[in-house]
Amino acid sequence: MRMSPKPIQSFRDDFTYSNSPGAIARFPFPFPEDEYMYSVNIEPHVTPGPEGSVYEHLLDIDEHYLSEMHERDLVLKENPKRCLAMPHMDLACWDMIDRVMTCFAADYPEHFSLEREGDHWTWENKLLNIKDSFTFGDSSTLPMPPMEYIGRQVQGDFALLDQRDGDLFLDAGIVTCPADWSLAFDAGMSFKEWHGPVPLAHGMGVFDRALKYLCAISQGRPVRRLNWTLTINARMDTSPETYPQWGTDRASVTPDNVGEKVHLRVELQVLDRMSRSNALMFSIRTYLISMNDLVTNPEWAKRMHRVMKSLPPELIEYKGLTRYHPMLVEWLSRFDPAN
Amino acid sequence: MSIDKIRVQVTGIEQVAPLIREFQLKAVDAELMPFSPGSHVVVEMPDTPRPHRNAYSLLSDPRDGGCYRIAVRLQEHSRGGSRYMHEQVKVGDELWITPPANLFSPLWQASKHILIAGGVGITPFMSYLPELEREGAHYELHYLYRGKQTGAYREQLQQSLGERCFLYDADAGARCDLRELLSDQPRGSHAYICGPQSLIAGVQEVAAELGWPASYIHFEAFAAPQPGNPFEVELSRSGRTLKVAADTSLLEALEEADVPVTSLCRGGVCGQCLTPVVSGDIEHRDEFLTAAEREKGNCMMPCVSRAAGKRLVLDL
Ligand code: HEM
Ligand code: FES
Repeated sequence: MRMSPKPIQSFRDDFTYSNSPGAIARFPFPFPEDEYMYSVNIEPHVTPGPEGSVYEHLLDIDEHYLSEMHERDLVLKENPKRCLAMPHMDLACWDMIDRVMTCFAADYPEHFSLEREGDHWTWENKLLNIKDSFTFGDSSTLPMPPMEYIGRQVQGDFALLDQRDGDLFLDAGIVTCPADWSLAFDAGMSFKEWHGPVPLAHGMGVFDRALKYLCAISQGRPVRRLNWTLTINARMDTSPETYPQWGTDRASVTPDNVGEKVHLRVELQVLDRMSRSNALMFSIRTYLISMNDLVTNPEWAKRMHRVMKSLPPELIEYKGLTRYHPMLVEWLSRFDPAN
Repeated sequence: MSIDKIRVQVTGIEQVAPLIREFQLKAVDAELMPFSPGSHVVVEMPDTPRPHRNAYSLLSDPRDGGCYRIAVRLQEHSRGGSRYMHEQVKVGDELWITPPANLFSPLWQASKHILIAGGVGITPFMSYLPELEREGAHYELHYLYRGKQTGAYREQLQQSLGERCFLYDADAGARCDLRELLSDQPRGSHAYICGPQSLIAGVQEVAAELGWPASYIHFEAFAAPQPGNPFEVELSRSGRTLKVAADTSLLEALEEADVPVTSLCRGGVCGQCLTPVVSGDIEHRDEFLTAAEREKGNCMMPCVSRAAGKRLVLDL
């Protein structure tokens, strides 16, 4: 089923965000087994993937497009530092503009179009009523810096990694819906530095192997992986910068409201090599689903219970679930016949 | 979109040095993508009895998407790719190449870039130079060659780079003193070497003596998928025997024969395709197994690893 964007819903205050039955059906449920542990879960992102699935195109656009672009605007107005690009990343930002515009125009022609005559480009985004002409590569011909310009038109957070000497450096990005990490804090760090806080995985060699694989990604061969956590309320912006606004949400979970409060938050991460700069583009497309919606699929409900029940304590702690984890397992147990 | 291979047509061939030929390649069905300085492509050559897959640096201007240029040095005693390129390939022929990949890009933070080329190793620097010029970067090129064999593009380089170009023709008795070259370079200089292993080792040694940090020395290391030798696998449970061709991975051969093996990364890092081995020597090429696990020789990662000999028996 093809998703068309619906009118703006909110990811804060009154939380009007909701998933249609179609969006629930295509939700990227991240657990292939009854137990979860970190691994190098990276695979080729071969497109076109199954029609209508979140894997169909390089970058997925769905019914939440307008809501997420509105939310991004709110966050950037509160804190412009959620978007940054070091000067040496200018070319990489233009690579990203090229990749996003070229793919959107080809994959979603009903919403986007791109005309190119040499370096003279004309871009139209019908969903946001944008039509601009600019000179490719010349940042002065855009209404705002290139990363912000393209970042405001594409769902999900983005980072551009500069590759130097077999390592990756977080030197540009637009991050307004992170799962508790900060672009401003991680800026300039190397792959293992910004992964510093993650428990267990370093010792398992996960990051050593992942880094080698990522450095070898070539043009035209993007890869993807899923990552997940839980979020209270349909809140997109769970960043350290705004912690005072959402940290206390965790205490609001009760046995009666688990179904509507607790959301599974899945990130579809796509890594794609940029042409001119050799940077890696890292896109983090976040999907939120309430437990109530999730348990409409009996297989997911059963598996969710088993995964939560067997989750290693280090992960419970790191993902910030400690407070309500027992309540969630108890609530989910009713959907697991083995119980 | 994912792009596995690009079909190109050879639109021009030029002898640029006694042993080096340049090939101009244009895309047949699509546009060629822009690339970054230092990129290479892998060219597939449909030779018999076995095809070749060689990596060649792109030497065109990275901003020029119209055409890719590569230069191939005829390797003596080669029965492989370079001979095929020199003897078989004609203008108008079609070849398959991979999209560009880059494991040798310049570090833009360097205060100065010192490029050291040996023979056909000039090629990656041909794509560096236009970008270094555009960036207004501080650089110099040292080009070591044998005028009777290599030395492609040296006149044009000398003309356009002027006093930033240093030529050393060994056949004319010119030697390059690496110690002198690397001494007195400004702080924050980075050196890039492309050429024979002896040149790379020589620069590394002198640089270390002079106290250069190892991370300031860069050299080209192609990660072209290494084709291997063909071999046979016997599946002990079903008793079937499969042939694995030189340009096919063991995983692909198993998949073609409908033998189910789970896989994910297909690049030797995730561990999903781990397969038990009954007997036969293994050439491990993965990043997943530990040295101890390899030692035992009872499992392998078929997405990248192969038989070291002619035959393997798998517990499948
Ligand atoms: C190169 C692009 C990547 C970026 C920019 C990135 C960024 C991050 C960040 C910022 C965090 C949060 C760390 C914190 O607590 O502050 C994180 C967590 C993590 N990353 Fe990555 N990452 C990347 C690629 C990968 C890859 C390829 C893997 C593959 C194994 C990976 C595995 C993980 C894991 C397991 C966690 C912990 C997640 C959790 O339990 O919620 N990352 N990553
Ligand atoms: S498929 Fe990942 S190691 Fe073979």
